Amino acid sequence: MILLFEQLLNGLQYGVTLFLLAAGLTLIFGIMGVINLAHGALYMVGAFAASWVAIQTGSFWGGLLTGLVASGIAGIVVELGVMRRLYARDHLDQVLATFALILIFNQTTVLIFGRQPLFTSTPEVLSGSIEILPGLPYPTYRLFVIAVGLAVAIGLYFLINKTRVGMLVRAGASNRQMVRALGVNIQGLYTAVFGLGALLAGLAGVMASPIVSVQVGMGDEIILATFVVVVIGGVGSVKGAFVAAIALGMFDTMLRAFLPATLQQVMPGPEAQALGVGISSMGIYLMMALVLLVRPRGLFAGRG
Amino acid sequence: MKRLLTTASLLVAMAVPAYADGTKIGVITTLSGPAGYLGEQIRDGLMLGLDASGAPYELVVEDDGRDPNTGVQVADRMLNEEGIKVMTGIVFSNVSGAVVPEALDAGAIYVSPNAAPSPLAGEKCNPNYFVVSWQNDSLHEASGAAAKKLGYKTAVALAPNYQAGKDAIAGFSREFGGEVTEIYTGVEQSDFASEMAQIRDKAPEVVFQFHPGGQGIAFLKQYQQAGHLGTIPMVLSEPSYDAVILKAVGPAAIGVTGTTHWNSDFDNESSKALVAAWAAAHPDVPLTTYAQQAYDTGLLIGSALNKAGGDGDMAALQAAMKAADFASSRGSFAFGANQHPVQDWYLTAIEADEAGNPKIVTKEKIREAVGDVYAANCKM
Repeated sequence: MILLFEQLLNGLQYGVTLFLLAAGLTLIFGIMGVINLAHGALYMVGAFAASWVAIQTGSFWGGLLTGLVASGIAGIVVELGVMRRLYARDHLDQVLATFALILIFNQTTVLIFGRQPLFTSTPEVLSGSIEILPGLPYPTYRLFVIAVGLAVAIGLYFLINKTRVGMLVRAGASNRQMVRALGVNIQGLYTAVFGLGALLAGLAGVMASPIVSVQVGMGDEIILATFVVVVIGGVGSVKGAFVAAIALGMFDTMLRAFLPATLQQVMPGPEAQALGVGISSMGIYLMMALVLLVRPRGLFAGRG
Repeated sequence: MKRLLTTASLLVAMAVPAYADGTKIGVITTLSGPAGYLGEQIRDGLMLGLDASGAPYELVVEDDGRDPNTGVQVADRMLNEEGIKVMTGIVFSNVSGAVVPEALDAGAIYVSPNAAPSPLAGEKCNPNYFVVSWQNDSLHEASGAAAKKLGYKTAVALAPNYQAGKDAIAGFSREFGGEVTEIYTGVEQSDFASEMAQIRDKAPEVVFQFHPGGQGIAFLKQYQQAGHLGTIPMVLSEPSYDAVILKAVGPAAIGVTGTTHWNSDFDNESSKALVAAWAAAHPDVPLTTYAQQAYDTGLLIGSALNKAGGDGDMAALQAAMKAADFASSRGSFAFGANQHPVQDWYLTAIEADEAGNPKIVTKEKIREAVGDVYAANCKM
């Protein structure tokens, strides 16, 4: 029982990380109609900037701030320099250009930091564990990640549903042409949304940096799962991204945690592990296929 | 930036060999990714060993990226285009499993400073294949013996799902004799939250884990964050607690038990020479067993090159290698029937030094003059 609960928490933590990435991606996709493959690169920028500052100064919080600023600036520069030229083009051009951005970001990072990964520690106050149930101490830092993710979700909810900017974002997601026709400064909105998306991706990278090893290409691994989240949730819907990210994070973690052990009852260790890992890495794609069968536009499709 | 400078200085060092007519030695090793420092340790230790032997040499160093395909491509180039006949350097068993047969088929001698997967130690053993480090299983048999000696009855054993990981759990279980729950992790995995939960659920008397390089750093940190450190004792084999891992993990590692074939506090001339030479050449980098193994590899290759006068007569070179006529930094060293080491193993403790940082202290000898179980299957 405790095991199940702990694995659910692990799933939740993975889910909120996916949400931070997917929220930006779904907005960019939904509002600007741009497929941004380089979203994972912004995650990497956040992680590297934060880790580097944390290593140099010993301050996680300084690193957090730097990571957010660096990824936000990187996002705005990418929007002004590259994305702006792509809005009118078709998806193939966008995929090509943003794929090139991935290569450029990765190689630039190799030039600056080398191929060796960076290792950082969790901040002192968050380095221990909290006994959330009798017999279940859970790492404080992971609880912090969950809390930050949920706080961002609530913040985004208010931003999108209660503010004027949010209204424009919603309008943009459901009918881009109409918003433009009504004379809204769509360029400014695009830059702001792209910058916000990049900031959230950077936040996800900063949060992940003390847990995983910060290395070149780290964004490429997680971006696939993020696209699955966006597709399941419905393009343009932040609510959909949240529901899909948490569901997918839980589902993926549960499969990884329990499938190999279950298979080990009937077959030898390494083979059971290989099969279990294989099936569980297919799991999220199977889930996507099933959702698309029932709801071809995703769970919460924004555009009519 | 520092990294760029080291690469640049390495290029310069490779372009201007110490001796113009030295024997070319091909070094394929892992220099990138979370385990990239292992390759640097091996490269640098090898150079110190070769320098100490006095043999003229020229190193050709290439990165395999921990990828067997890259390793084979590099090996092809070295063997066929550069005419290299002596190779070494591979860190990981999945790479050596692919590259070593390639090198041996081409008639080259391969001397392993680290990886020694079980297939190459048994039926597929070869007169031109030498291992200076240890056979993979024997590393972990020592940990199994230590866990048994400490009186533990139940264990959870974790290792990545590749050849060396399977060898690790097999070796540990063989000597431990108690009840072992096996958990295999991903080769590139760095978030072990799910495994931490499984350890909590099993509540074993001892945890054994084999995660070299960056994975080991992540594992130990997360073990502490999950609240297991101090509650469930851990026994480690030497690749999972090398000096670089300890430096990155910090005080979280204190109290862990380890087993090793060498430690920097060994009291013999060769070991002292290595420690001094390393401190002079790399004052900011901790000295690990990887560098020590490569140092011994350098001494062995150097002694053989001196005896055979280079790589002109491969039969003479092979015979000179087999003689193992060098002063190993681990003290006693001999080759078994499969040309893998027969050596002693030690129990170590990780204690706090004056500054509160972890350091490895040798406690006692737990296995004496042991080879490996696969030697019996080797017919040369």
